[in-house]
Amino acid sequence: MSTAAEIIAPSATYLTAGYRLRSWLLTTDHKRIAILYMTTITLFFFIGGAAAALIRLELFTPQGDLLTDDGYNKAFTMHAVVMVWLFLIPSIPTTFGNFLIPIMIGAKDLAFPRLNLLSWYIFVLGGLFVLYSLVAGGVDTGWTFYTPYSTLFSNSYVVACATGIFITGFSSILTGLNFIVTIHKLRAPGMGWFRLRLFVWSHYATAIILVLATPVLALSLALNIAERVLGIGIFDPRLGGDPLLWQHLFWFYSHPAVYIMILPSMAVISELVAAFAQNRIFGYRFVAFSSLAIAGIGFLVWGHHMFVAGQSMYASMAFSFLSFLVAVPSAVKVYNWTATLYKGQVMIKAPLLYAIGFIGLFVVGGITGLFLASLAIDVHVTDTYFVIAHFHYIMVGGAVTAYFGALHFWWPKMTGRMYPEGWGIAAALLIFLGFMLTFFPQFVLGYLGMPRRYHTYDPQFQVLNVLSSAGTLVLAAAYLIPLVYFAWSLRYGRIAGPNPWAADGLEWTIPSPPPEHNFDETPVITRDPYQYPLRDGT
Amino acid sequence: MNGAPLWPPAISQYAREADWIVFGFTALLTVLVVPIFAALVWFAIKYRRGSPADRRHRISHSVAIEIAWMAIPFALSLIFFVWAADLFYRLYHPPGGALVIDVVAKQWMWKFQHPGGQREIDELHVPMGEPVELTMISQDVIHSLFLPALRIKQDVLPGRYTSLWFNADRPGEYLLECAEFCGTEHSHMGGRLIVLAPAEYQRWLDRTGTDETLAARGERLFRNYGCSGCHGANSAVRAPSLAGIFGRPVPLSDGSTTIADARYIRDSILMPRSQVVAGFQPIMPSFAGRIPEEDLIALIAYIQSLADSGEARQ
Repeated sequence: MSTAAEIIAPSATYLTAGYRLRSWLLTTDHKRIAILYMTTITLFFFIGGAAAALIRLELFTPQGDLLTDDGYNKAFTMHAVVMVWLFLIPSIPTTFGNFLIPIMIGAKDLAFPRLNLLSWYIFVLGGLFVLYSLVAGGVDTGWTFYTPYSTLFSNSYVVACATGIFITGFSSILTGLNFIVTIHKLRAPGMGWFRLRLFVWSHYATAIILVLATPVLALSLALNIAERVLGIGIFDPRLGGDPLLWQHLFWFYSHPAVYIMILPSMAVISELVAAFAQNRIFGYRFVAFSSLAIAGIGFLVWGHHMFVAGQSMYASMAFSFLSFLVAVPSAVKVYNWTATLYKGQVMIKAPLLYAIGFIGLFVVGGITGLFLASLAIDVHVTDTYFVIAHFHYIMVGGAVTAYFGALHFWWPKMTGRMYPEGWGIAAALLIFLGFMLTFFPQFVLGYLGMPRRYHTYDPQFQVLNVLSSAGTLVLAAAYLIPLVYFAWSLRYGRIAGPNPWAADGLEWTIPSPPPEHNFDETPVITRDPYQYPLRDGT
Repeated sequence: MNGAPLWPPAISQYAREADWIVFGFTALLTVLVVPIFAALVWFAIKYRRGSPADRRHRISHSVAIEIAWMAIPFALSLIFFVWAADLFYRLYHPPGGALVIDVVAKQWMWKFQHPGGQREIDELHVPMGEPVELTMISQDVIHSLFLPALRIKQDVLPGRYTSLWFNADRPGEYLLECAEFCGTEHSHMGGRLIVLAPAEYQRWLDRTGTDETLAARGERLFRNYGCSGCHGANSAVRAPSLAGIFGRPVPLSDGSTTIADARYIRDSILMPRSQVVAGFQPIMPSFAGRIPEEDLIALIAYIQSLADSGEARQ
């Protein structure tokens, strides 16, 4: 398909607009900022991954042999803090969202390009505080910072770590704000709301949560620091506080935060499924509105983290019902994606494998979420490895798998080069196998009664723990393979051309990599998205 | 407890019913999701690019189909919402006359006090076939008492009593764990639940021995902490009598009424000015920080015994 005219002279792309470090660090190009974020969060992904490796190595045996009790507690805290706030929350929105939203709506950049760069600097500053707390001696409270342990009992670097998270929160808020304004104001002529890609719809829903929920986290962390540093009684009953207040505030942010992590993944999967089925997405409006429904109902389910915490029985019943309800819009997406494959022209390539892997693992994560939403079952399995397995199915099986799917799908667009397809398929299968081996045994461990955050455990749990730890080795290798072949492809990969997947969408109408200002002329939109099969020339 | 089991023992009616909810819900969800997995694979293969499959008459949306796959699975899953909520409701409603055992959690041990005054650490002996109610409080951070064989757990909070009840019907030794992260030795904060036949439980009580019952210890503490100086029969200070109040309504100075339960008595000792009895002056000093949780429990047991025995002080 690629002709000489489509191979763009190097000087014309966003990557070649400047070669000096300064041209990257002071850029206001949304595509370059996306690359800055991608580099940063990749680093954090491997730091968080190293902590995970330490945890799983320690759990090969029931007794403690690699780490001290405190060392173990610090390892799982750092794993979660880095993975949640420095990888998962920024992952897809700040990289693919940043890179693609302006292009998908036919704009030259986000609404506030300099604010976008500032968001990255704020994120890096917050990340440095978290890394400082790690290097200085670590934090041992768990990522949930439950009070009064985190305020008056822990002898670790809670304030530095909480300050770091507080700071990264502002990066989230500014990114969310930027997306909302951009999607409202910068759509190209003819780009009505129902001509938006589903990627944009889901990011719009994500941005709403970022703006509304993150301030509550900032407030909670500030109160936590106030009690820890100034002794103001907020959470500790000896000072007249209430320890459950922390849990309400924390989960009011942190449950919607789960949707901050998963809605952008759903955004990606909608694109992958449509492109690789070469089919119009089934039930476009239901998929679009389900994102908003998830964002809305997601604010009303935080109490399902507190069924055994001592909250009112009737409150628990209401939260249980709402948690059943929030599963409906997620199920809608799964059904519609499946229906999109029906009567398509399915191309079985690495991005599609990631999409199918995502759907399978996300469904398992979702239905185990229904077990946790069921009151009497939750009483038994909450705070056990069942919960650990459940949310890793959503966050690793779901969000990380989608991130890798997005990397493979848009890598040719971002770099102009193809990754090696055979390696891509092999890595996707290996990630799936490593994931299942790591996390499936944890469901059984949890139901048997192994609590989470246990440095040592009853010997009857060893066989399942060894399986899980062995899976981690497979998973670690599987995550490193793409790092190698993506790096290789930058130099040796086949030239991609503007539309290697024959996919519909504005980003596939411009050269790869895109020019600095995306479009020579503002595009005029005259039709709905996902018009497959593509006819030549559209 | 050796080997590598795949399913935990279930030693109460409650535990077995919780398992049945899990079995039933698993069956329903399997029926709902297996077709999705099958369809994903089947469609991907059948409609792979270039295959000769028939692709005519494909629709791209259908409100009827959307409503069907939203409403039917949701309605079916609500059966399990109701069933699980009903079992949960029963967990909040212990039968009358349960054997009450007091639990104090601290970093990093569990302390249990039986009504007869017997005390044990990290081991909990209970009689089989008899409802047992645990009244729990923490001396420091949040802990959580987790008894997997009974499928129950409950967080144990500082500053407030929580409770948990069960009726174990199989003798044996089972896991007892802390499920809420509580610091350095969290994973070591556990022990054994030991379910004994009633006669053996009695023998264990006798063998363990004790100088005094919980209520008797409370009576001694009542004098030692100086409570009797004002609340005693011959006191010159005008303080409300504590005889017979436990479990009864108490009129307060702000015109409201509260029930004199364990929470109220604990709060009245530690924060005496928060709920003053009608007709009395707020002159009692706070004992916050001066009485350990175990002594508070003994004091409450003593005040409860005054009501149970029905004896009048004056």
